[in-house]
Amino acid sequence: MRVRVRLFASYAEAAGRSEVELELPEGARVADALRALRSRVDASRLPPSPLAAVNLRYAKGEALLADGDEVAFIPPVAGG
Amino acid sequence: MARYLTDEPLDPARLLAQVASPGCGAAVLFLGTVRRSAEDGDIEGIDYSAYHEMAEAELSRIVEEARGRWSGARIALLHRLGWVPAGEASAAIAVACPHRADAYAASRFVIDEIKRRVPIWKRERLGSGASRWVEPAHA
Repeated sequence: MRVRVRLFASYAEAAGRSEVELELPEGARVADALRALRSRVDASRLPPSPLAAVNLRYAKGEALLADGDEVAFIPPVAGG
Repeated sequence: MARYLTDEPLDPARLLAQVASPGCGAAVLFLGTVRRSAEDGDIEGIDYSAYHEMAEAELSRIVEEARGRWSGARIALLHRLGWVPAGEASAAIAVACPHRADAYAASRFVIDEIKRRVPIWKRERLGSGASRWVEPAHA
């Protein structure tokens, strides 16, 4: 299945890009997407377990992914 | 179309007008403004960026949660993105309720939740010309 990973702020800066398309096996979870991401870009600014969101909602590493999902890794937020 | 995010300077009076209602005896306005001075130098301003679609979704959820907890609450808010010079507002929240205890509580809840969970980031530019990402502890 295909998922679209989005990066922001310091994570995007370190990776040099803000979007990555990943091809993942069925049954893949957010943690698997993170692992795949690390092999594709410089993810040195990402901590071991960054905040993640799937389809605009926060999700944990064990959250299951589906084809077409949008996964985001979210640096510490600073709004308001 | 963006509902809670804008590139434009904020208009607090307009937000207050949006929540005003004959049944509401209390209206509270919160303004988050970019401070001029930090511990290590003057700030020229802040560049705000966001995961737009999720920020809109989280802001909408926060408003709905507040309306669920404080019945009768009327809430309008805007968060500004892009370059915000020191001294200008980056966030404005207007809350109107029948009575003031709820208005204060709902307003506090909304800003605290925005700071806790909305995917918005700040890049500070100092007078020296240097810039840096702001960590939440100092937000």
